[in-house]
Amino acid sequence: MTAETQPRGRKPRRLTASRIGIYAFLVFAAAFFLLPFYVMIVTSFKTMPEIQQGNIFGLPTDFTLKPWSTAWAHACTGVNCEGIRVGVLNSFEIMIPAATLSILLGAINGYALSFWRPRGGNLIFAVLLLGAFIPYQVYLYPLVRMLSKVSLYNTLPGIITVHVIFGLPVMTLLFRNYYVAVPVDLFKAARIDGGGFWTIFFQLMIPMSGPILVVAAILQVTGIWNDFLFGLIFAGRDHLPMTVELNNIVNTTTGTKAYNVNMAATILTALVPLIVYFVSGRWFVRGIAAGAVKG
Amino acid sequence: MEPSVSVRDLRISYGALDVIDNLQLDITPGEFLVLLGPSGCGKSTLLNAIAGLIDISDGEVWISGKNVTWDEPKDRGIGMVFQSYALYPQMSVEKNLSFGLRVARHSKKDIAERVSRAAEILQIEPLLKRRPSNLSGGQRQRVAIGRALVRDADVFLFDEPLSNLDAKLRVDLRVEIKRLHQRLRSTMIYVTHDQIEALTLADRIAVMHGGEIQQLDEPLTIYNRPCNMFVAGFIGSPAMNFFDGRLVAGQDGPIFEGQGFATGLAGYDGNGPLPVNRDVILGVRPEHVLFDRDAAGQPAEVEAVVELEEPMGADSLVWLTYGEAKLSVRCASGKRYRPGDRVPIAFDITRASIFDTQSEKRL
Repeated sequence: MTAETQPRGRKPRRLTASRIGIYAFLVFAAAFFLLPFYVMIVTSFKTMPEIQQGNIFGLPTDFTLKPWSTAWAHACTGVNCEGIRVGVLNSFEIMIPAATLSILLGAINGYALSFWRPRGGNLIFAVLLLGAFIPYQVYLYPLVRMLSKVSLYNTLPGIITVHVIFGLPVMTLLFRNYYVAVPVDLFKAARIDGGGFWTIFFQLMIPMSGPILVVAAILQVTGIWNDFLFGLIFAGRDHLPMTVELNNIVNTTTGTKAYNVNMAATILTALVPLIVYFVSGRWFVRGIAAGAVKG
Repeated sequence: MEPSVSVRDLRISYGALDVIDNLQLDITPGEFLVLLGPSGCGKSTLLNAIAGLIDISDGEVWISGKNVTWDEPKDRGIGMVFQSYALYPQMSVEKNLSFGLRVARHSKKDIAERVSRAAEILQIEPLLKRRPSNLSGGQRQRVAIGRALVRDADVFLFDEPLSNLDAKLRVDLRVEIKRLHQRLRSTMIYVTHDQIEALTLADRIAVMHGGEIQQLDEPLTIYNRPCNMFVAGFIGSPAMNFFDGRLVAGQDGPIFEGQGFATGLAGYDGNGPLPVNRDVILGVRPEHVLFDRDAAGQPAEVEAVVELEEPMGADSLVWLTYGEAKLSVRCASGKRYRPGDRVPIAFDITRASIFDTQSEKRL
């Protein structure tokens, strides 16, 4: 055998310097983002004396679940010491109807704009998009006034309404762009077959919308769950979402700061978006990448 | 007899632009009518207007003796087949076929009967449980035809149904659509830009251009006696040869004087007596140019130079130059021609067309 071989078959891959550099950067970036999470997890299992020793990267020597149970059931927000569990329920109460409604309305909007093309539809769409680009803060005070006029301020329906309204522009844009790529012949065929507005929407379009529904669900579920500002302003005392409760727990000023409890409460709050990303990450990419629908 | 489909004074405009203006069309029951034309000629727009899928600006659409101008597509008694198949991707073939019937709340028994009848006619019974994504193009289009079939429509509309298929399948399905028409005897309106489809399928062809019907006639009439230069040039492949010239008086009637040749016009199948001293265009199809041995001894025989030859199996196409003019000739294959060969040609005047240079209309 000669050392010099003729090029033949699959081209061999070589590990070049630039490739090593890329991997090194990626590993560094991953570590950079994972490190805080690591610190949060280990801290949440430590006792306060151990934390006060100051070794924040070390594994817990005196492993304890106490901070978690405290965070869940006994942590104090101001005078109430019922833990973060109240906020969990509130967050679900807000998130589930708000996400469902905004997705449904966005889908209907996108469907109507793409296929039925109502007169002035483009104008409505433009105005809707414009709304998406104006900072939320601008709306806050007028919204407070408007909601209190119709007795929705500081109520559950009130905060849900706010989330639905602010979710609409992006949801409409998302679904409109998805439905625009659906061949219009499909819609025409369904019309000849006698399908009306709702029949075509529910029996034809929604079944075809799997990938984009997943994308919309991820955006809305995480978006509404992570919301702080609207929850603080519009939800009212009895319906404060988990994020606001968390803030209250962490910022309670009496006594020493219970870092372990704060970490546990924070992880609990972040759990829902975290699960959503882990479960649906694959779908998310697929939905974004899904181009034309092949029939 | 009352027409099956009647389009009266139809106008369709987008903004200030009239896509179709004052169009009239009557289709007799059981007729296979083909709307033929280049893209953008308004043929699909016309079909969509008949189907009720686009708003019209003025005029009326009548189907089976009923004014359906303001009716929803589903109430017009039509079935439609699209170029892109337009099958519902998330439904099985069976559900695709029965969708319209389910929407209209037909009984389960009725739906099953109609679906199985359509499936039998189109031989798609083995496919009923499959999804459209698991079907080939030809199978998909069969299902799409089946979906129109189950509606028991009076009128079937086809919007370029074969354009997405490969050449062989296209021929197969073309024959099948013709067979289907012979079996059902329903009125069919078929949009295409493919003249072979038009000529083979149609009882009558409406050649469209610029939103107007240029000529509405039986296929062979359209082919042999095109009413204007557009129809003459659009129908036939390769296109008709055109020669600029002038009609002058001769001993036995008018003579066509072209550039470098003249030919008598005895036997010309015109719309009336030919005028003289008029600029005209002589149109001769490639298969009506007498060539080589056939041309020998013919009056007005001239000599042309071979530019290139395209053998096509059954016959050959020879491209010639004659003075300034270029022309194509269809001849029996067998003898090969080389560039530069000089061969005699003559024109079969009985099957030629003469157009007025000004109006481009057939004389």
